[in-house]
Amino acid sequence: MRNSFVARHPSVLAFLALLALFTLGVSVLSEGFGIGLISTSFVKTLGKTLCLCLIAVAMDLIWGYCGILSLGHFAFFGLGGYMIGMWLMYERTRLIVEGSLAQGALPPTEQEVVDAIGTQIFGVVGSSDFPLVWAFADSLILQLAMVVLAPGLLALVFGWLAFRSRVTGVYLSILTQAMTLALALYLFQNDSGLRGNNGLSGLQNLPGVEAPQAVISLWFFWASALALGLGYLLAAWIVSGKFGSVIRGIRDNEARVRFLGYSVETYKLAVFTLTACIAGIAGALYYPQAGIVNPAEIAPIASIYLAVWVAIGGRGRLYGAVIGAAFVSLVSSWFTGGQIPDLVLGPLTIKWVDWWTIVLGLSFVLVTLFAPSGIGGLFDLWQGRRPPDRHGADLGPDAGALREREATE
Amino acid sequence: MTRLMIALAALVLFCAQAMAQETTVQSVLQAHRETIEKGSRTSIGSAIDAIAASGLPQAQEVLQVWAAKEMWQRSDDGLFYRGTEKPARQVELFDFDTGQSFGTVSRDELSQIKPNSGVRAMIGTALVQFQLSDPDPTRRAEALDAIQRSPGADLLAPLRASIPAEPDTALKARKMRVERLLTIAFDPDEPSRIAAIEEMSGDLGVDMRATLNPLLVTRIALAEGLPETANIRREVKPGDPALGVAAAYDMLIAAGQAQPIPDNEARKALLIANMVDGQVAGVPVHRLDSQEARDAAYVQLAQAGLVPRWSTAEAPEVVVTRHRFVEVYSEPSAAVTEAAEQALAEIERRVGLNQAIDLGLDALSLASIYFLAAIGLAITFGVMGVINMAHGEFIMMGAYTGYMVQQVIADHTLSILVAIPLAFAVTFAAGVTMERLVIRHLYNRPLETLLATFGISIALQQLAKNIFGTQARPLTAPGWLDGAWVLNDVVSISYIRIAIFVLALIFLGLFLFIMRRTRLGLETRAVTQNPRMAASMGINPDRINMLTFGLGSGIAGIAGVAIGLFAKVTSELGSDYIVQSFMTVVVGGVGNIWGTLAGAAMIGTLQKGIEWLNPSNTLAAQTYMIIFIIIFIQFRPRGIIALKGRAAGD
Amino acid sequence: MTHLKSSLATAALLAGFGAPALAADCPVKVGVLHSLSGTMAISETTLKDTMLMLIEQQNAKGGLLGCELEAVVVDPASDWPLFAEKARELLTVHNVDVIFGNWTSVSRKSVLPVIEELNGLLFYPVQYEGEESSKNVFYTGAAPNQQAIPATDYFLEELGVEKFALLGTDYVYPRTTNNILESYLKQKGIADSDIFVNYTPFGHSDWSKIVADVVALGADGKKVGVISTINGDANIGFYKELAAAGVSADDIPVVAFSVGEEELSGLDTTNLVGHLAAWNYFQSADTEINADFVKAWKAKMGEDRVTNDPMEAHYIGFNMWVNAATAAGSTDVDAVRTAMYGQEFPNLTGGTAVMLPNHHLAKPVLIGEIQADGQFDIISQTSEVPGDAWTDFLPESAVLMSDWKDLGCGMYNTQTKTCVQTLSNY
Repeated sequence: MRNSFVARHPSVLAFLALLALFTLGVSVLSEGFGIGLISTSFVKTLGKTLCLCLIAVAMDLIWGYCGILSLGHFAFFGLGGYMIGMWLMYERTRLIVEGSLAQGALPPTEQEVVDAIGTQIFGVVGSSDFPLVWAFADSLILQLAMVVLAPGLLALVFGWLAFRSRVTGVYLSILTQAMTLALALYLFQNDSGLRGNNGLSGLQNLPGVEAPQAVISLWFFWASALALGLGYLLAAWIVSGKFGSVIRGIRDNEARVRFLGYSVETYKLAVFTLTACIAGIAGALYYPQAGIVNPAEIAPIASIYLAVWVAIGGRGRLYGAVIGAAFVSLVSSWFTGGQIPDLVLGPLTIKWVDWWTIVLGLSFVLVTLFAPSGIGGLFDLWQGRRPPDRHGADLGPDAGALREREATE
Repeated sequence: MTRLMIALAALVLFCAQAMAQETTVQSVLQAHRETIEKGSRTSIGSAIDAIAASGLPQAQEVLQVWAAKEMWQRSDDGLFYRGTEKPARQVELFDFDTGQSFGTVSRDELSQIKPNSGVRAMIGTALVQFQLSDPDPTRRAEALDAIQRSPGADLLAPLRASIPAEPDTALKARKMRVERLLTIAFDPDEPSRIAAIEEMSGDLGVDMRATLNPLLVTRIALAEGLPETANIRREVKPGDPALGVAAAYDMLIAAGQAQPIPDNEARKALLIANMVDGQVAGVPVHRLDSQEARDAAYVQLAQAGLVPRWSTAEAPEVVVTRHRFVEVYSEPSAAVTEAAEQALAEIERRVGLNQAIDLGLDALSLASIYFLAAIGLAITFGVMGVINMAHGEFIMMGAYTGYMVQQVIADHTLSILVAIPLAFAVTFAAGVTMERLVIRHLYNRPLETLLATFGISIALQQLAKNIFGTQARPLTAPGWLDGAWVLNDVVSISYIRIAIFVLALIFLGLFLFIMRRTRLGLETRAVTQNPRMAASMGINPDRINMLTFGLGSGIAGIAGVAIGLFAKVTSELGSDYIVQSFMTVVVGGVGNIWGTLAGAAMIGTLQKGIEWLNPSNTLAAQTYMIIFIIIFIQFRPRGIIALKGRAAGD
Repeated sequence: MTHLKSSLATAALLAGFGAPALAADCPVKVGVLHSLSGTMAISETTLKDTMLMLIEQQNAKGGLLGCELEAVVVDPASDWPLFAEKARELLTVHNVDVIFGNWTSVSRKSVLPVIEELNGLLFYPVQYEGEESSKNVFYTGAAPNQQAIPATDYFLEELGVEKFALLGTDYVYPRTTNNILESYLKQKGIADSDIFVNYTPFGHSDWSKIVADVVALGADGKKVGVISTINGDANIGFYKELAAAGVSADDIPVVAFSVGEEELSGLDTTNLVGHLAAWNYFQSADTEINADFVKAWKAKMGEDRVTNDPMEAHYIGFNMWVNAATAAGSTDVDAVRTAMYGQEFPNLTGGTAVMLPNHHLAKPVLIGEIQADGQFDIISQTSEVPGDAWTDFLPESAVLMSDWKDLGCGMYNTQTKTCVQTLSNY
């Protein structure tokens, strides 16, 4: 079975091989274990990019294969980050507090330790009691489980409500956007117990680990590469089987699949929840590398960018999503880094920091207009795979397999 | 009272001085030179009173000049003058006593006396006696302002005296009202206070409540030890919301009726203090790492008599029940407090009613803003089924157009009149361009439209930043839109919001007119329902789509001018409204202007309602509103007013 | 295959700009970490321009230690995690000697672990909530006791305010400041029921209900005052609504901690005359050095640009750093830090700012009334107030102190005489 799966999908093997090679290459060139050609900050950037690729794979699964344009997947990503962040903050603060309290005349009681941790974590926002959401923060195992469970549960409840009432198309997109906005606004409030606008910070410091950041960054880089590899494999396996055929069927014509006797809602809900869990894992790996997670991360714009990455990379093919996420996010950070010399056009000087967003925005427009299959489409060209000439433009995955002319006839 | 004493003292001091030399304004000012230079409210009273009580004809003018920050002091000799600023850092000085000009002096040789607003309020109060009968009505109004800002018993008599001779009817009415309020607060005669309270009962003014509430200030006290004459409101049981058990126990401690209970921290300190050779009461220190162990050790210490007794048997809950606690008015007269309670209850009832009206107006105003922001979207999204994420940027464009027009045309009224059509023209053109270049190619791909227009949205936003900078730009409303329509002290709404409301109504009417009465509307409806059939009837769907899109965008531009007037003009103005606008359209029901109206009304009312329930956290209101909308969509997935049949398009 | 090729090419391309640059003694590199895009660009771009102006001026004077100063400007784009990334990039890739940057507290908290890990040096120019002390950060903006507490005292003593409305944007600076103020006001005998607190989101524009609530506070006959920690452009809507409601500064004064000349340039101030702001600097300060500073700024940026408090903080911070580096004879972080303590530099508002061992400045506190021309009329100026990292008005932090010079600890518990932690609490 496995052999045949790989044999049928050589691109998966190629992708995994490339990922392994890339990981090895970065490790060798890194400061932590290698020759130091790649700076630690860049290793972190690459590690974060791998996490973004993972959520892009999830996005491709839900949008490219299932036809649901979710504009809320960064909510799950952020939630995953929050879950791991809670443990990281709690544990780090506990070590500091215990060290400090141990200098006192009496050994601290458990309650004193918890109170002192609370004061340290929440003191800056003016309270010291632990809210209920921190109930499991002292246990790494439980908090790791929450990384998957919290986004999964949110997706399950939201998806159940949305799909049950047959909200589809752009309505669903706007509804998912509303969901992520509501979550962001909720987390912005101090009363939500997750430190409001400040969020959870200092996450790059692993409690009790003495290793320098150069090494830690590599650990996370490897973990991210592993997660991406496994996530890709899982996604490829899902879309290749019968399940994959059904969700593609839903994308192309929901009514027909329903008439064939499939429970469309269950399939959608399963994909939605699964991708939310993947997004949660990606977030849990991303934020310890970024160092801070806060509500601004899950603002609606982030999820829209996610859709844009996948669109530019090419929907409906998993490697397209990975390419899109990696390409756009890296090029973005390159342009906003202020390293590119200004472009002088006569009296007008183009500062890339100012103009990059405009270039990016217009490139979305051009991609959607002229290259609906994105960068991934280049592979088709190279392989000589050309779609059958069915007249009219490709409608993209959302309006189904129909071509423009077919749709209007 | 203190102020009177100070004034008297100052007067005595001053008379003694006056005997020695002739009194002039300068001599009075010089006598208080230090306090005037310091200019602190806490010490300035004597200086103000000295001038007011000097009996000099210029006293009023001096105080007015001082309050207007027109008093200057020469640095070298410390003398005070009235000064008017001239160009090039020059000041022309005038003598207070003679009014003669000293010519101009450079600012560097002077220091300006700048009374802060606390001091200015005191000067205002001192000026009352001069200004109440001033020939200038604005001065008389200022005097009344000053009385209302800091009412005092000593102002009652001069106010009463000035009423009969007041020529201006409006001012006379105001004077009488203020007199009633002062009577309630300060008249020594009890029946006349009660009469005044009853007369004013039902008045909605904040000042009326501000007069009554201090009469009803209460405190909670132990019943034992209160004088017989105390004006008791009610008895309070500990555990009542007004009196927690801990607070009651603290009062008993303060009264010496109970012993303080050492809390965990205090007991811990005592344990540490009684540490001997690494042991406390025979327990090794390292074992005191739980509260139980510490408590046990403490009990041991207490039995040995080393620390105060601490036993959990005497719970504060039990101790406090042995005592009576009462709520006492600070106002001694029971008749007055009773009348005030009654009057206030009546007022509160009316205030509640009016607050509901005010909240309704706020909700209406917010709804009209959302409606205005969403109406363009209702056309492009609702009628054409095109998702335009750049809609917010069209709003922003309109606002910036308004700003640009104000740069050219200085007159605010005229500039707004020019800005509105111009904003329409600019965004209409932008909309048509976007439709021609992008959206036209994506009509069958709604999700792609979303992405492409999002790309345009971020590009436009950044472009605005590059052109106008990141600073907020001023867009100032014409003078006649300043201020608010005030029904009473509770219900009021700013004119600018009324204008936005009217604008929203106009657009509703315009939209209905265009859709129902014009050829464009007819053709638009036809194209929306069945483009091919419409085309075969000789309608050019391309042209109709273009015009409809332009219309929707143009209205967004006008909305931008309106929103810029009441909020701010920044490049992010549009994105603040885009999600709400989509919600409005989706909640209301796509493809129906009445739905959009209903959606805006619902979202506006809901948001204000939640804000009212939780006034200290506006952010929560927004969160819960969105959650409510998500749930609402579950039950009415097609919005409040759903299209049925063929028009629904499915 | 192409997949592989393109991946490799991308990797090679990206590795190129990721490689660390070679460290060199000359020029001396100054990192500027201010958002040039995103929501905070509105405030932070000005500070970037200020830094460029100061560096230009210093180079005209002959640079530092015989070297040219070179500004390395990066754009963290108002994205808080990006602040940490860019800080790391500045310190490890560009090898800057010092960083001037940040505005929001959350961005500072994001940068702190990186700066401390890599032993960088950050000058933070904005008024903030305190309750933090880092060995690697010099706080040249106001701590709460240099802005909030004096302004509240002014309200209590000079204006006789008895009832307080604390309005703020919902983030950490207003939260903590209001927390400190609540505790302070209670110590001053203000009852719980006389303190009204409200938090609004960033960019809030619908203020009618909140303004009505504030006006209604006057119903119990006490003088009401508003202490505003409302941030950024939300202020525009707030002041417009205040003006529309006819709230005069004589009836309900508003003192703002985040409204400066820059924010006022976005609105018509004729209806706001008399409302207050508390800062350590106003453009209207009548001194010669300030006149020069304003002139240089206007010459560089245009006549209609204004100066503000964080700009002065950068001005003092930058000059102190230059002097400390000169005194230490090197730009080495530890040497400069040691030389920083006790550094003195004249304020633009008169008097002298002193760098204290707790990494805060001693600066005068100014209270200004808004004027019709968008400037502030300074009506109160204290003598220099030493900045306090840990407020004295909250029980948990009253026992803490920061002294990096002698104790070498930023969070020293004076009761137990122990150092709670040497890293900062981020």
